[in-house]
Amino acid sequence: MNKIVIENGRLIDPANKLDQTGPLYIAEGKIVASGHSIDNFQADQTIDAENLIVCPGFVDMSVRLREPGHTRKGSIQSETQAAAKAGVTSLCLPPDTRPIIDTPAVVEYIKDKSENARYPNVFPIGALTRQLEGKELSSMYALRQAGCVTVSNASLPVANLQVLRRAMEYADTHRLLVMHHPQDHALSRNGCAHEGANASRYGLPGIPAAAETIAVAQCLELAELTGCRVHFSQISCKSSVMMIQQAKKKGLTVSADTTAHQLHLTEDNITPFDSAFHVSPPLRSKTDKMMLREGLANQTINAICSDHQPHDIDAKLGAFPETEPGMAALETLLPLTLQLVRENAVTLTQAIAALSCNPAKILGINKGTLTPGFDADICIFDPNQSWIINQDNWLSAGKNTPYWGQEMQGQAVYTLQNGKLIHT
Amino acid sequence: MKQNLQLSDDGKLKHFLSIEGLSRDLLLKILDTAESFAGMTEQSVKKVPLLRGKTIVNLFFENSTRTRTTFELAATRLSADVLNINIATSATSKGESLLDTIRNLEAMHVDMFVVRHAISGAAQFIAENSASHISVINAGDGQHAHPTQAMLDMYTIKQHKTDFSQLKVAIIGDILHSRVARSQILALNTLQAEEVRVIAPKTLLPAQVECLGAEPYLNMKQGLKDIDVIIMLRLQKERMKSALLPSENEYYKCFGLTPEKLAIAKADAIVMHPGPINRGVEIDSSIADSHRSVILQQVSNGIAVRMAIMSMAMQNMEAKA
Repeated sequence: MNKIVIENGRLIDPANKLDQTGPLYIAEGKIVASGHSIDNFQADQTIDAENLIVCPGFVDMSVRLREPGHTRKGSIQSETQAAAKAGVTSLCLPPDTRPIIDTPAVVEYIKDKSENARYPNVFPIGALTRQLEGKELSSMYALRQAGCVTVSNASLPVANLQVLRRAMEYADTHRLLVMHHPQDHALSRNGCAHEGANASRYGLPGIPAAAETIAVAQCLELAELTGCRVHFSQISCKSSVMMIQQAKKKGLTVSADTTAHQLHLTEDNITPFDSAFHVSPPLRSKTDKMMLREGLANQTINAICSDHQPHDIDAKLGAFPETEPGMAALETLLPLTLQLVRENAVTLTQAIAALSCNPAKILGINKGTLTPGFDADICIFDPNQSWIINQDNWLSAGKNTPYWGQEMQGQAVYTLQNGKLIHT
Repeated sequence: MKQNLQLSDDGKLKHFLSIEGLSRDLLLKILDTAESFAGMTEQSVKKVPLLRGKTIVNLFFENSTRTRTTFELAATRLSADVLNINIATSATSKGESLLDTIRNLEAMHVDMFVVRHAISGAAQFIAENSASHISVINAGDGQHAHPTQAMLDMYTIKQHKTDFSQLKVAIIGDILHSRVARSQILALNTLQAEEVRVIAPKTLLPAQVECLGAEPYLNMKQGLKDIDVIIMLRLQKERMKSALLPSENEYYKCFGLTPEKLAIAKADAIVMHPGPINRGVEIDSSIADSHRSVILQQVSNGIAVRMAIMSMAMQNMEAKA
């Protein structure tokens, strides 16, 4: 089947400022027309999207698939399937796999394996430094040739600012975006919770906001010095938003994302010692959350990502500080983003843009819009469908979400990638 | 803290993990029960048969001779059988091995765990993952809580000062890393002490410590004014290496309790210390050994208070079974 028409849906395509009910035509894996009827289109398949929203498939800037290397936590098969169910059609895989994504061979292995899984596009993020050690530059040109569109040191430190500077200059030489996870590792060392009243009360080693904001400030200075395009990943603090806003006003080519959970949860929501709430960066204060929402609304924060980190049971079984940070978050990405709309933090168009055209544009990939000629990566979702997270409907191998057993509103009904249904 | 984890449906003590979430009445009941045991320990026959046939496991993942000994004595005096297990572990020990240890002990049909662990939240984790008939007593978890120590301190204060609501208490030293201080602050607030102060250099104060219910002071002389109870904390020598303090000598000058500084507090102020003390680091020897010091009374009171807590928790478990 190579000709599809999606009828009666509400098409929302922020890149083209489109929000109307109408048909969407797909042929040979590409979008043919959106919003208006065309003649002589012999559809092999018709999808009725009445009362549903039809939008570009989501582009998630940080998803750990746990393969290669950590397959007891998840696999390319299990996690890309969860992504498809979440409406995600393109995802970036951070380089901290085993082996680390610092050679073309690893990039090719991942691309092959994910293509065989026949699920979303996987964009491996190349290592910024060799073995992510923060000491020597990785072979960025070769990584780019192999298909990396961006490089990053994942959540590992580049402690020496001279190395970071050189890495940014070299990345920019090859027109690679640098994704920077801002955290000063001396300030955050041993920490597991936001340094504040709650960490103090429960005796949890704290991570101060300054651990992030100092790293943002340093990297912004280097962005100005080097002219390198920088994307800040998973920012969590008020001052980070303010500094990035200032930098954008100054004309620096910087962008930022935050995670869906940081836009909802704060340190006050942590059920004491419940390891499902152990994430990095830690859940911050209410003031930080409100500023992240404001930053999203005013476009300082361009994208919302899941920062999906599935874990095996043992990794989360223990006293809070000794458990591994991260939550399995692909499948809550859409409902949590829609909740922002219901809470009037952003408009529906802004929310969809933050999940699709904005990250696609930052990554420089031909995704995230319904423009004719683009890959037919589509998410068709029901914004009102309620579902309760449980064993039967959760596809990720990681069950580590603080939302387990809770009711979510909004779910992808169909996901198409290159014009093929990958989730129904 | 999950409100109900420590308490049965009718509000009785099941586990003793933290002072948080416990009512003033319950804390007073612990102190009253401890008092009834205290007289007994003076007698020639020091045992009561309250926990005869019960097996209590002292599960110590962190060394502590003194705390373990008083728990052991308390259990023995309640006629329980006691098993001491010391498991030296690194800070990176995995939850699964902790859980396996618990499972193995459960299989031996024990009734109570007394747990000490280097990680905050470990006691709660064990309580959540143990069989429902097992009571868990926290003997210190990471930097989180040491509630039996706090209760024996409250007991000692009550012996000397009748009314908590008139009391100004100062806790001095490494508040940041101290589970004892956290539990004391909570207990003093629950018992409605008039004022709780913490005195320390900024490097040893937790963030937003005032949210816990303690007023921070950076200057010991200012902080000791009008104080009724002085609680000194032990200073770990590692703190010098981790750039929290320059030297023991400088610490002693600023935050050590000397006769000169003691004179600033009220004339009848008592001096406490959870031990073991570093003479000449946080406290002058002459004060530690003086009539103002109640440090050894704290140790003796530890037995009666732990008897009270263990018997109360176990009785409520039995009532449930």
